[in-house]
Amino acid sequence: MEHSVRTYLIVWAALLLLFAITWGSAYIHLGTLSTAINLTIAVAKALLVIIFFMHIHHSSPVVRIFAAAGFFWLTIMFTLTLGDYLTRG
Amino acid sequence: MADHSPAYSEVAEQFDDAPQQRDAATLGMWTFLATEVLFFGVLFMGYLAYRVVYPEAFAEASHETHVIIGGINTAILLTSSLTMALSVYSVQAGQRKALIALLIATMALGSAFMVFKGVEYYKEYQEHLVPAVDFSFRGPHASQVEIFYYLYFLMTGLHAIHLTLGIAVVGAITFLAWRGHFSPQYHTPVELVGLYWHFVDIVWIFLFPLIYLIGGR
Repeated sequence: MEHSVRTYLIVWAALLLLFAITWGSAYIHLGTLSTAINLTIAVAKALLVIIFFMHIHHSSPVVRIFAAAGFFWLTIMFTLTLGDYLTRG
Repeated sequence: MADHSPAYSEVAEQFDDAPQQRDAATLGMWTFLATEVLFFGVLFMGYLAYRVVYPEAFAEASHETHVIIGGINTAILLTSSLTMALSVYSVQAGQRKALIALLIATMALGSAFMVFKGVEYYKEYQEHLVPAVDFSFRGPHASQVEIFYYLYFLMTGLHAIHLTLGIAVVGAITFLAWRGHFSPQYHTPVELVGLYWHFVDIVWIFLFPLIYLIGGR
């Protein structure tokens, strides 16, 4: 048993809370900051799911490397492509 | 829980022991999920590139999306991840009835998402927001708004296909659970289906703000 029922319920409540914050912050028109906040919250939610629901830290290091690999390659693609688009005149 | 399938409790020939076999299965699923990250990632990249070059059009397009439906669907999927995680907990605790009930709840929540999505797609069809069908939009940025909606239908459509397949696989696992195939000693398929389900949830976690909340409400 990796976690208790209580832990799962708390994580679920945290996910819903973060979702409410994301949704609510959209009504406070913050411009570019809004996007930064939304993406940060999305990453936080994804990490909660990966750590507590997908039990990533109970898996062997090999599994953790493979799990990170997809996101790592994604980062390369985002960085190189955005580097192009953001620096065009 | 009685183990009605002795074949499953044996360790396959190439593994030393059950934990190693379980680890290999987990590794296999995460490898698949890594390919899925790249599969969806490409669409996110296309979205990002066009949003960078057409920020106003994307904000305009986002305002036309149905944020209430999108929001309800987000809450539904987050809850389905809870029921999925709890179903893995149930099988580890040897609670077969709870396992089946929670798997059914997961399927029900996933299906509810699909119903809302269908309603949403139909509304968008009525509002002439479906590209290549009868797209029309009033405003100077119409063709750029159309690009947003191409991406919207591609990304949410691909997500919906993944969710449907997920519901079907959870259904198969529910049937196997009902037949008593799983026990605290062996329940790897339940765990692996859980990993897939949580991944589909994570895709939506990123889709929601990027589609529905551009430029504020």
